[in-house]
Amino acid sequence: MNDINIQIDDKSYLNTSDNTSKQVIKNLSLSLKNNEFVCLVGHSGCGKTSLLNILAGLDLDFTGNITLAATQPKIGYIFQTPHLLPWRTVAENISLATSCSTETLDSLLNSMGLTQERNSFPAQLSLGMSRRIAIARAFVTDPDLLLMDEPFVSLDSPTARTVRQLLLNLWNKKPHKVLFVTHDLREAISLADKLIFLDSKPMTVLKEIPVNIPREERDNELKIEQFKQQLFIDYPEIHTLL
Amino acid sequence: MQLKHPALQASLSLVLFILLWQGLANLLNNPTLPTPWAVLTILLDEINSGQLTHHLSATMSRLAFSFCISMFLGCAIGISLGLNKALDNFFDTWLLIFLNIPALVTIILCYVWFGLTETAAILAVVINKLPNVIVTLREGTRALDKDLLAMAKCYRFTRLKTLQHVILPQLHPFIMAATRSGLALIWKIILVVEMLGRSDGMGYQLHLFFQLFDVASILAYTVAFIVVIQAIEFLILKPLDKRAIRWR
Repeated sequence: MNDINIQIDDKSYLNTSDNTSKQVIKNLSLSLKNNEFVCLVGHSGCGKTSLLNILAGLDLDFTGNITLAATQPKIGYIFQTPHLLPWRTVAENISLATSCSTETLDSLLNSMGLTQERNSFPAQLSLGMSRRIAIARAFVTDPDLLLMDEPFVSLDSPTARTVRQLLLNLWNKKPHKVLFVTHDLREAISLADKLIFLDSKPMTVLKEIPVNIPREERDNELKIEQFKQQLFIDYPEIHTLL
Repeated sequence: MQLKHPALQASLSLVLFILLWQGLANLLNNPTLPTPWAVLTILLDEINSGQLTHHLSATMSRLAFSFCISMFLGCAIGISLGLNKALDNFFDTWLLIFLNIPALVTIILCYVWFGLTETAAILAVVINKLPNVIVTLREGTRALDKDLLAMAKCYRFTRLKTLQHVILPQLHPFIMAATRSGLALIWKIILVVEMLGRSDGMGYQLHLFFQLFDVASILAYTVAFIVVIQAIEFLILKPLDKRAIRWR
């Protein structure tokens, strides 16, 4: 199992109207070992999406060095909005990401509770359903690195909880390295092996904190809340980030 | 009385049109405006003699050829220009020039340069139609959803897969618009092309009837024309539309 090392020295955007450049990421380094679930916590708009786009290979305009598992790493990317092809069915949307057998597809659909929706078009489904499809699509590629950009934002909390649980079920069955971006600290604590707090403008790593709550106790709201309170006591500087 | 059924409404409206025509023809009583009945008789005669079928099929095959060529080339060039800004900036002027050359000029030049041949005829139609397709498809390509393209790139879709599943479904309305406006344009140009340099086809026949002042035959050929265009609309274009918007 190869570690993933990410070092981004500089990512800037050029403002074409007045020719000034704005730095969004500066000297950011982080690494993922084994099948770690890492949550990146920081302000909305602190440059997290820029980071994920660089890692996904969508943005090549940066200075730095990224060592991923393979030379042709497979990246699963769950975008902030589901990014499904509206003219393809649920099954087609998932199987287009990679060629998989019907059995694999069926069992994946089943575990995400999407069997009924197999031949539906995305427009017929709720947002929660669409998110599940996006998650299934990311998992089916068996990625070296799974990127998630606030995938539960704008879901009501019961739906978010359901989808989060489905995500964890999938991940427990088949662990992958995950970088999960969120500004919701409770969500981060309930999911992550390691929290990385990000400072913004330009974005850089402020603190790395492992989460030592056992996986089976993660659905205990009280434990999460305690951990959160303790975090604020131990690291008062993270207050400013949230 | 309420007319709810659209088919009934359409046929009543058509009957009214024919009655008006009949009334006007009776009133004028002049060979330059024959009655609907006279036109129908000639239409049936022309079909029976095989004349109409011969000329109509000549025109139709020219139409099919020039339409396919200009759609294929136009889509390819339009998509390329929409995706590549530098290329688009460079060729924008060319496009402007070709958009503004009058159809008649291209037809004359093609016949002068390449002779009164079938190739020249089809080329003239293609050159007239191509810029329209390019412009429509370029606009469509510029409006492509960046998020879906990012998704396709991230999941390593091949070029073909991206084209088939991401780009073409989004371009479908633009392709249909280019098809409709294209057919309407080609119909009109192709007749002039035939009139000026071919010895068969609807344009050639209409020119002949014009010299003979045979209005009844001109109208008979026009009716055949309208029927064929409507048949294409209902039998080919409408079903294509329906198929592509299933997901909505």
